[in-house]
Amino acid sequence: MARSLAMEPDKCTGCLQCEIACSFEHEGVFNPARSRIRVFEFQHGRLAVPYTCTQCEAAWCQKVCPTGAIVLDDQLGAKLVRTEACVGCKACAIACPYGTIEYNPLSGKVDKCDLCGGDPQCVAACPTGAIAYMETSLSGTTVNTTAEA
Amino acid sequence: MSWQRQILRVNLTDSTIRAEPLNMQWASDYIGERGLGTKYLWENMDPEAEPMGPDNVLIFATGPLTGTSASTSGRYAVLTKSPLTGAIACSNSGGKFGAELKYAGYDLLLVEGRAEEPVYLRIEDGDVSLHPAKKIWGKTVWETEEWIRQEHNNPMLKVATIGIAGERGVRYAAVVNDLHRAAGRSGVGAVMGSKNLKAVAARGTCGVSVDDPKRFMEVTSRMKDMLAGDRGTRGLTKYGTNAMMDTMQEFGGLPTRNFKEVQFEGYDKVDARAMLAIGADGHRNLVTNTACFGCTIACGRISHIHKDHFTIVNRKEYWHASGGLEYETAYAFGPVVGIDDIDACTFAGYLMNEHGIDPISFGVTLAAAMELFEMGVISTEETDGIELKFGNAQALTVMAEKTGKQEGFGEVLGLGSRRMCEKYGYPELSMTVKGQEFAGYDSRALQGMGLGYATGNRGACHLKHDTFEVDMEDQTGSGKAEPCKASQDWQAVVDSSGLCMFTMGAWGPEEFAEQLDADSEGDWTVDRMTESGERIWNLERMFNMAAGLTSADDTLPQRLLKDPAPSGTAKGRVNELDLMLPEYYRLRGWTDDGQPTTETLKRLGLG
Repeated sequence: MARSLAMEPDKCTGCLQCEIACSFEHEGVFNPARSRIRVFEFQHGRLAVPYTCTQCEAAWCQKVCPTGAIVLDDQLGAKLVRTEACVGCKACAIACPYGTIEYNPLSGKVDKCDLCGGDPQCVAACPTGAIAYMETSLSGTTVNTTAEA
Repeated sequence: MSWQRQILRVNLTDSTIRAEPLNMQWASDYIGERGLGTKYLWENMDPEAEPMGPDNVLIFATGPLTGTSASTSGRYAVLTKSPLTGAIACSNSGGKFGAELKYAGYDLLLVEGRAEEPVYLRIEDGDVSLHPAKKIWGKTVWETEEWIRQEHNNPMLKVATIGIAGERGVRYAAVVNDLHRAAGRSGVGAVMGSKNLKAVAARGTCGVSVDDPKRFMEVTSRMKDMLAGDRGTRGLTKYGTNAMMDTMQEFGGLPTRNFKEVQFEGYDKVDARAMLAIGADGHRNLVTNTACFGCTIACGRISHIHKDHFTIVNRKEYWHASGGLEYETAYAFGPVVGIDDIDACTFAGYLMNEHGIDPISFGVTLAAAMELFEMGVISTEETDGIELKFGNAQALTVMAEKTGKQEGFGEVLGLGSRRMCEKYGYPELSMTVKGQEFAGYDSRALQGMGLGYATGNRGACHLKHDTFEVDMEDQTGSGKAEPCKASQDWQAVVDSSGLCMFTMGAWGPEEFAEQLDADSEGDWTVDRMTESGERIWNLERMFNMAAGLTSADDTLPQRLLKDPAPSGTAKGRVNELDLMLPEYYRLRGWTDDGQPTTETLKRLGLG
């Protein structure tokens, strides 16, 4: 069964350890600006929301890519960017409804979550269990909208 | 390796911006952040310079671990000569600005001169520029942060700014970053304002790398597990630092009503449990906890005020959650001014962040004003009709706002406790060392704390040494000099690392050394780091001596030396500073009048 990332903002403290781990895993250096997962803070820190690619079953990024650079890894269930085929046209970035595939000005290609080959480093780095690696049908971002403003 | 090896020098007088290589020898000798900033300050200014004049220098310094995967790696320090104390100022802060400065490509920012008109500095990777700040001069911290992001169409910019208090020279104005994290103490914000520098905004995509990445990831991951497994540290996550309130109350070290008392009857209305309690109407003060950059503890409080409370009932703009009470803010708006209204305290905290003020100095200055008011020295004519009595919550919030905006009696409070008490002819009522107000620990109950306050290089400060355990065990002055000196040196190391001192409950020296060694080039051992700490402490002392301070400034107010604690475990005791100080000087290798000897300076490479 394919697995992907599920994020629970209620547990997120906004520490960015997930972003720090992601940038190190993929770029070999620390900097949240180079992470594939993002945490956004709202309302003076009342809400911190982590989000990244949830590996949509019908992936728009994949559908619009003119060069077939986005491929499904059958085993992982992840959509991966074949960098050798990516021409940096950004069509996928426009198509993604969540904005979780991003153009990287340094490489001239796009980056997205690849689930770290099945061992997501953001999950390992999160101190509060706000990010879980679970069956795709259960994943996504949940926001508790009943909390008092 | 973890350095960008580059600093940014900005001269506001001639609007020049220059990148310079980081002095790696200094980084090796002074570690980073507090230590490195002290060295850069020492080498770049005359300690006799007027704090609010153009010859003062303002430094923002990151540490070697800032921006890495180590837990709590978001720290940076602001250093300058303090307009509150005339001594060296070094205030550190968390949030996300410090790491961003490094990601923008600079380990340290050094600001000199004074701009003719208000400006702010924008740093985006190699692109650095000064911009007119006329449109944001007079705006609050919260407005400024939002304005700058919109102006540059970049929501990722991290902003460190001053509020109106810093612009108008409040002696204890803070530099606030990320809405409610602050380099709070010693008036670093007033210096920024005197330079006509409203804000610094940073954003960067430069990566930070470490000397031994594989080992670093293994070590930092193990250290995070240590924090998670430590009971005291978990307490910080759940209760925040305000868990200390109950301990101090029970011990009798909770300064109350301008230090006339050491226990406060209303403590349980403003403590950590009160923040967690759910009222009959379902309102709870604490909304959630929050973390600074990279922090796996997350002691930060996000609170909200009851909408029906008198402070905000007609002010919808404050009906949102924001930074809540820490121990020091709870103490400074609670016991020391005799107030037990948690909503008023929380609101005062909002105002401190919004206007950029140090809550400790404000609260303790207000406490002295209240004592003077009750003595009849200050009248309602001066206070714009406000009854400045202990326990009056309205007086707290009204005066917090007036001080923030520098209106009416707020201008007097903005002088700080020492200058205000001198103005009224009662200098003995000022609860300060070197002009800086005390934190929430009474020196009669905690003897070593008193020694640390008295010898503090930035004046009264609870963050530059730790004698807590020995103080709780034994309430005499004996045996306190050695742990005070040793902890001052080690604290200088932690403050120079880029990590937060709230890890120190779980991490001993070995744990810091292991992380720094994997992070940085060369061999970093506890011994080497301890020596660096002592070097830093002595260089700060040299700065202060050169600035004109003497051993006469290493003292405490008469109230703590002569008036016995009226209750608690230390009932009947005064602080035994005269017993501790000579021993402390001797252990430091200083003369009887507190001057570092030639041998001591030579040993530390300072002579």
